[in-house]
Amino acid sequence: MTAQAELEQETETMTVREAIRQGLREELERDEDVYVMGEDVGLFGGVLEVTSGLYEEFGEERVRDTPISEAGFMGAATGAAATGTRPVVELMFSDFMGVSMEQIMNQMAKMHYMFGGKAELPVTVRTTEGGGMGAASQHSGTVHTWIAHFPGLKAVAPGTAASAKGLTKAAIRSDDPVFVFENKMIYEQSGEVPTDEDYTVPLGEAAVEREGEDVTVVATQRLVGESLGVADSLEGDVSVEVIDPRSLYPLDTDTIVESVEKTGRLVVADESPLSYGTHAEIIARVQEEAFFSLDAPIQRVGTPDTHMPFSPPLEQEVLPGDDDVRAAIERIA
Amino acid sequence: MANFDIETADGRREALRRMVTIRAFDEEAGNRFADGEIPGFVHLYIGEEAVGVGTCASLDSDDYIASTHRGHGHCIAKGLDPKYMMAELYGKAEGYCNGKGGSMHIADVDAGMLGANGIVGAGPPMATGAALSIDYQDRDQVAVGFLGDGAVAQGQVHEAINLASTWDLPAIFVVENNHYGEGTPVEKQHNLENLSDTAQAYDIPGVTVDGMDITAVAEAVAEARERARAGDGPTMVEAQTYRYRGHYEGDEEPYRDDEEVERWREQDPIESFKDRLIERGELTQEEFDDLRAEIEASIDDAVEYAQETDYPELSAAYEDMFVEQPPELERFANVARTDGGANGGDHR
Repeated sequence: MTAQAELEQETETMTVREAIRQGLREELERDEDVYVMGEDVGLFGGVLEVTSGLYEEFGEERVRDTPISEAGFMGAATGAAATGTRPVVELMFSDFMGVSMEQIMNQMAKMHYMFGGKAELPVTVRTTEGGGMGAASQHSGTVHTWIAHFPGLKAVAPGTAASAKGLTKAAIRSDDPVFVFENKMIYEQSGEVPTDEDYTVPLGEAAVEREGEDVTVVATQRLVGESLGVADSLEGDVSVEVIDPRSLYPLDTDTIVESVEKTGRLVVADESPLSYGTHAEIIARVQEEAFFSLDAPIQRVGTPDTHMPFSPPLEQEVLPGDDDVRAAIERIA
Repeated sequence: MANFDIETADGRREALRRMVTIRAFDEEAGNRFADGEIPGFVHLYIGEEAVGVGTCASLDSDDYIASTHRGHGHCIAKGLDPKYMMAELYGKAEGYCNGKGGSMHIADVDAGMLGANGIVGAGPPMATGAALSIDYQDRDQVAVGFLGDGAVAQGQVHEAINLASTWDLPAIFVVENNHYGEGTPVEKQHNLENLSDTAQAYDIPGVTVDGMDITAVAEAVAEARERARAGDGPTMVEAQTYRYRGHYEGDEEPYRDDEEVERWREQDPIESFKDRLIERGELTQEEFDDLRAEIEASIDDAVEYAQETDYPELSAAYEDMFVEQPPELERFANVARTDGGANGGDHR
């Protein structure tokens, strides 16, 4: 379904934060086996306030504060998912995945396969990513490539309020482990969000957020909105098509390839570090399947291979943004 | 329903049967590995039979266990079929995990067996998670996390116990202190007399029992289970036992001498339990010999089955990645296969 068609349903304006919260609330109401757990998600309402109010609404059994022990609760969520419940884990900052990686990569990712399909793992992990808040290197990482790369895990990364809600709900309903990567700089962004309780964004379906003829920009998370702004500002000069893949694994290769076959030019904009990552994967698939449609070298916009520095001017220096997307388009248009 | 009730003569007979089955299975697995028939790594449970069987004797059949890399004994104690276990060791399609897990990853979640595990210390968080499901859904079950003495040094173990204690979850942590963490003696890994002392940090009971004595293990676990089911939270049971074989098959064991092994063998858990049953008049030596012969024959059958049954179809390498398969698997499986779909072709 295109983003446009999704929005032909009844909608309400809300922020990305509210959209995720509404998605959580609807799934908590819909399915008794669903519960939310993580550090400060309950009484505190989440350090970035995504779960705010849910503790009061659903109680401490269903919105559970955990000790600060990422490996312990990530493993517990895996075991709980394998035994009949559907935990939704909030990992406060994706950088903390380092602390819980054993349970993610050796248990959660491999159990279904290693057990010959004999365990289902309906676990959802929500976590925050991104620079721009002055939070420095250990609270600003963009690491979704790790998870999208690792067999056995699914990864989604919403760029709009609608997809934030739809992907959250789809992740919770999935019987596979799904990681939802929320860029914390877009929590305050508003958009139209379908109100239908059964609205979900199927895993593996990209959205064409804006149609165009000259250049395809595949953008994720915060860079979706920024690329749409650039596309608007170039209106009349360059016709830019903006695609939000929404789901990184599985990745909707067909929608991206069809667009490149039309435009012949591609910019990939994603905040993760440039080497060996999301950009490379999208580009590889396009080259495998639409090489002869390309009229110009593919351009990448991302974080040069550095960590997020603390000092504000340094952070702005390395953080990819609309200027970088514009420059990339102008290099090839 | 209990797996088997060690308070009854029939239950004790069943416990003995399972211990002998574990020993026969692992002796044969060791032989078949030495002959090059079983690939990978094999970690045998010989000497520790009383711990797995004693624990499972005090569990119901729908309780959960999360195991370790030395998991064959736990599987048999829980009631898994040696035939499909052996097929799994051989990497055959009829194995418990369709040949994709092998010795270190045998699992049957429907039977309450949440998997052997190749990562030291990874089982306890899984048990805490199963206990969370039980507690969340108000089910009348418990979850046991087995761990070795080496795993007591792992951070995630303590996180899991702390979480289970904080939430009063129906979990039991059974520490199998076989005195060696891989090749390093327990004394060099912990500055503790009893590993169960770590339980104090979580304000849960910690007991140390003779792990060569099946009734001592069964009693401690039964008590822990009552506590767990009453909503009073987890217990740590340390069972002092011994690993007769090396860490893995082929281990030359430069870290210990034969006399030490012999000393422990004198307290053999199967021999001592059998002797007690004979003393009580519940068993004769002849009956025991018959039982062992019958079990050894059944293990021979399991080996024969494992040898003769088929390997999985090659396509199985790409199956069971997910419940809902993404298109990537087909896309890249075509690239990987030698029979077509090379790069540059249209393998969409």
